[in-house]
Parts: sequence; C-alpha cells; structure tokens
Amino acid sequence: MTTDQTALLQYALGEADDALILGQRLCEWCYHAPYLEEDLALANVSLDFLGRAQNFYQYAAQLDPQQRTADQLAMLRDSREFRNLLIVELPIGDFAFTMARQFLLDCFYVEFMTALQGSADPNMAGIAAKAIKESQYHLRRSHEWLLRLGDGTEESHRRMQIALDQIWGYTMEMFENSPAENELLAEGIAVDRSALKPAWDTRVNTALVEATLSRPEDGWSVRGGRDGIHTEHHGHLLSELQFLQRAYPGLEW
Amino acid sequence: MNEQQQLLPLFEVFVRSKRGLDHKHVGSLHAENPEQALEYARDCYTRRSEGVSIWVVKSSDITASQEEDARSFYDPMDDKPYRHAMHYQLPEPVNNM
Amino acid sequence: MTEFSVNDAELEKRFQDRVDDEQKIEPKDWMPEGYRKNLIRQISQHAHSEVIGMQPEGNWISRAPTLRRKMILLAKVQDEGGHGLYLYSAAETLGASREEMVEALHEGRAKYASIFNYPSLTWADIGTIGWLVDGAAIVNQISLQRTSYGPYSRAMIRICKEESFHQRQGYESLIALAHGSAEQKAMAQDALNRWWWPSLMMFGPHDAESAHSGQSMKWKIKRKSNDTLRQDFVDQTVPQADFLGLEIPDPDLKWNEERGHYDFGEIDWEEFQRVISGDGMCNRDRVATHKKAHDDGAWVRDALRAYEAKKANKSEAA
Repeated sequence: MTTDQTALLQYALGEADDALILGQRLCEWCYHAPYLEEDLALANVSLDFLGRAQNFYQYAAQLDPQQRTADQLAMLRDSREFRNLLIVELPIGDFAFTMARQFLLDCFYVEFMTALQGSADPNMAGIAAKAIKESQYHLRRSHEWLLRLGDGTEESHRRMQIALDQIWGYTMEMFENSPAENELLAEGIAVDRSALKPAWDTRVNTALVEATLSRPEDGWSVRGGRDGIHTEHHGHLLSELQFLQRAYPGLEW
Repeated sequence: MNEQQQLLPLFEVFVRSKRGLDHKHVGSLHAENPEQALEYARDCYTRRSEGVSIWVVKSSDITASQEEDARSFYDPMDDKPYRHAMHYQLPEPVNNM
Repeated sequence: MTEFSVNDAELEKRFQDRVDDEQKIEPKDWMPEGYRKNLIRQISQHAHSEVIGMQPEGNWISRAPTLRRKMILLAKVQDEGGHGLYLYSAAETLGASREEMVEALHEGRAKYASIFNYPSLTWADIGTIGWLVDGAAIVNQISLQRTSYGPYSRAMIRICKEESFHQRQGYESLIALAHGSAEQKAMAQDALNRWWWPSLMMFGPHDAESAHSGQSMKWKIKRKSNDTLRQDFVDQTVPQADFLGLEIPDPDLKWNEERGHYDFGEIDWEEFQRVISGDGMCNRDRVATHKKAHDDGAWVRDALRAYEAKKANKSEAA
C-alpha cells in the first residue's frame, strides 16, 4: 500500500463519515417535522446523505488494506477512528438550528463538490458528480428557509440568530485541509478547502443580509473531527447507529 | 377557525410522467407559496422518478364545472355521432383510414 | 327546467344508481350527507393510520443494522407519510381541512389503526411489520381501489403500487433473520408471536358486529367485508410463514380442505376493545408525540405565513 493510497483512504473516509453522521442526524426529524410535507422533504435530504455515505464507504472499502466492507467501516469503528467534521455531529436542536447548519453546509458542499468533480481520482469525481446535483437542491431549500425564518416573525428571527451564533465556531473546520488532503493536493486528487472560503463567504454573507440576520463574529472556533477528537455527542450517536452490529457481532442482516 | 390557526394554502399538483405525455393530476399538498409547493411536489409526488415536469395550482384558483352543469354542458354533445370516426362505414379495403 | 330542481329522494336515487352502475362519485357531485361523513371518517382514519404508523417503524431508523437497511427503512417510513398525504388530500376534496382532521386526532375524536399502539421492540419487529401489517393493509387497500369515491380510489391505486415494496422489503429482511443465527431466528419468531394477532385485528370486528359496514358496502365505500378480507390475509400469509420456518402462534390454525381456506382461532376481542378504546401500551404516547411535533412546529408555520405576507406587501408597494 502506497502512502498515496493511505491518504486516499483517509480522504474517502472523511467524506463518508461526514455524510453518514449528517444523514443520521437528519433522519431524527422523521415524524417530528413542523408539518407533513416538510417531513417528507427532510427525509429526502437525509436519504441523499446516506446514499452519499454509502458511495464513499464503498470506495473506501476498496482501498482498505484490512478489507473491511462499507458497513463494517460505518458500524464497527469507534469514535476516535471517525473522521467527520464536528459540525455534522451536533444534535439537531430546533428546526432553526437544523436549517442553519444545513444552509452553511450546503453552501460549502456546492463549492466543494463542484471542485471535487474535477478530481484526478475518477471515483471521487464520479461520486461528486452525483452529489453536486443533490447539494444544489438542498441549498435551494435551506436558502429559502434561512430567508423565511430570518425574516419571518420575531420568534423565528431570534431562533435563527441564536442557531447561527451557536454553530458559527464549527464552520472554520470545513476550510482546513487534513494532512491526507495536503498530500493529495499536489496530485490534483483532493480539493483545497481553504480556497473555497471566499466563495462560501460571499454566498453566506449575501443570504444573511437578505434574511436580516447578522453574521456572527469570527472570534471562536473549535476543531478536532479530522483527528478523531469529537464532541461528547458523538459517542451517543454511535451507540445508536452501531447498536445491532455491536450487540450481535458478525451476523448478516 | 381563525386566520392564524389555518394551515398553509392548498395546491393541486400535476405531473408529466414523461416527455410527450400530458400533465396529470396526482393530488394536492399544503405550502406557503407556489415555489414551495413546487418543491414539495417534487419531494412528495415524484419520489420514484414519476415526473419530468410539475405544475402546481392554488386549489382556490381552479374554476370547476358543477354536476348540475352536466346536462347543459355535456349531454348535448352526446347526439353528435357524426363527430366520431366509427360513425362512418367504409368498405373493408380502405377501412384502416 | 324542472329537471334541475329535483328533490333529495330523486338525487339520492340517482346517486345510488350511479354507485350500483360502478361509476365513480367525484368531488363536485351531489352526495348524501351520510356518504360524505362516512367517507371523511374512513379516509381521515386511514390517513392518520399512515402517519401514526411512521412512529413504531421510525423508532428503528437510527439503529438499522446496515446502510442499505437504514435507507430502505427511512424511504419506507417516508412513504407512509406520503400515503398519509395522498389520503388527507383525498379527504380535503370532501371539504374537511387538514387542520380539522389533525385536531380530531389530537383530541381523540378520530381513530387510527390500533396496531400502531403496540411497541416495536427489536429489529425483527421492523421486518414483521412490513410483512404482516403492510400485508394486511394491502389486502384491504387492493379491495379499496374499487371504492366508489374517485379521489379515494385513485389514492388507493397509487398507494398499492408503492406498498408492495413495503411488504417485500419486510419479508426480505425476515428471510435474512430466518436464515441467520439462532438468536436472529428467535428474534423473528418472537416478533411474529407479538404481531400476529394484532394484524388479524386490523380487519376490524366480525361482520355481524361492524357498526358502519352495511351502509358502507351499499355505498361501495367498502368493497369486501371484514371477515372476507381477514380470511384472504390468513390464506396468503400462512405459506409465507412456512417458507420462513416460523410458527404462527395459533393452535387452531389448520387447512380446511372442504372450505378451501385456513381455519383459525378466535381473536381476543377484549384486548381489541381495550386497545381501540385507548388503553394499549402506546396509545397516549403516539398521539402525544404527534401533537408535540405539531405544536413545536407552530412557530415555523407562523414564520412562513409572516414571511409570505411581508413579501406580498413589498411587491404591492413596489
């Protein structure tokens, strides 16, 4: 196994973990949304991320020297081995929190997946080509929700602003390249995350102004997901996600 | 029921299942405005790629004929058999016209 | 133009003639008030069942054992919500608003399928619900495709098309358990033991005791009687249980050569009454969960309306 392949495995796993954990969070909305139509719409977003996770895990499984399957990668690694960004593991909060997070992530994913389509690695590029279409639709939805909640009632404005303030410090991590990514950058396989920041800023700033919301101060930020240093929520999420595979090891389902 | 308690307005949804076919009524849903109704129609009525095009119309904007109109609207059309192809008996050799 | 001012008796006769002639009744048609009420009751109850039914299965989405099973289950539970939507939409053509129907559910005036008042305890429950509960629902819904009310019939046709995926995914997931470890097989048997009788109860009381049945059959809202549908279900399900190597928990179950049907034991009607009247394990929780989501969403719906009103004002001012 070359260093490159190790780095590529880490890269694919990071994307897979991000998508899985976010998909897992989003499916918590099932039968809890503000009304039925939105319940169905949120389930579609969740399904997109779970499908994306499966694609990335399947690719990671091909690269894995331990020859773990996609499901084993998802269900049998412990928290310290997960590489997801912290922002995706935070609890769903209220509808404003979920939509604020989604908007900030969708703005990122639209840029990121566009860039990843040009990856020198055809598998990563292929997954990105499918993901970009999903993310464009997600952004259309989350952008509209940002406007409605930001510029809706006093109550919705208040909740949206609180949500943004709470999440803001978790957004910086999206723009930091992991060591694996830095390694793959030279070969044109990885996307340079830091280069996406200006476009993201523009999108976010424009929408915040339109939604009558203030952009939080950049003062604080937390990181650690790519190193397997997670929030305390992460272990609880995994204990649900992995319950059956842990309780009944080695079985087919 | 006062204005505040009322749910979002009702929209009727029409889906074109593939190119070349008409839009067909498939049901309704609630949404705040036509744009949102269109997105919800996509999420609620085309989960299995049932459509290539969607129309949404506010239900209250539809003017519909009433049952009592039926006699004056449609019955007079029933006695015009000459409008239908089968009205004309043609000889066998040219009957695939 | 005397023809236009016919009396109710004449209208009712025309209506019944149309029903007898297997023509569909459509929203703008004249219909007896009782027909409208009966339909709203049945369709909204059916819609609530779909929506409340999301809960016992949704309970396992976060714990599904594989990525594939997780996506299947989420898509399936989402479909149930979609079916609820199709049905609410059919009821709304009769002049019932979604809000009124939801309120009736929260206040306990509207019922939903009693089976969803049982808890889903293990992963095997998910496969079993798909196999038995969706299986029973399909038997009922196939007959309802021919119901006399057009929008209800069309919703049923759409739902039946999607519903067969539900039953098949459930059965497929049970095959995995039945062919799996001893623990998995025991899990599947336990689930069957708990869900079998409630599934039979889904078809309602015996024909002789069914409150709405006679009139509903005459109006062709219902097309087959409770007992006929229940028998259809038993007949189709027993061989499926055999294939899985699972045992149906009914000592009286046996093939009756003469009738060409399976004979089966008597349902515990006391339990049926107890659960349907609100004292099942999950009744209160199911409604409370639905109400909480609805109440928690109030500020979101308010924001939508407020935003839309502001937009309308702006475009007027411009």
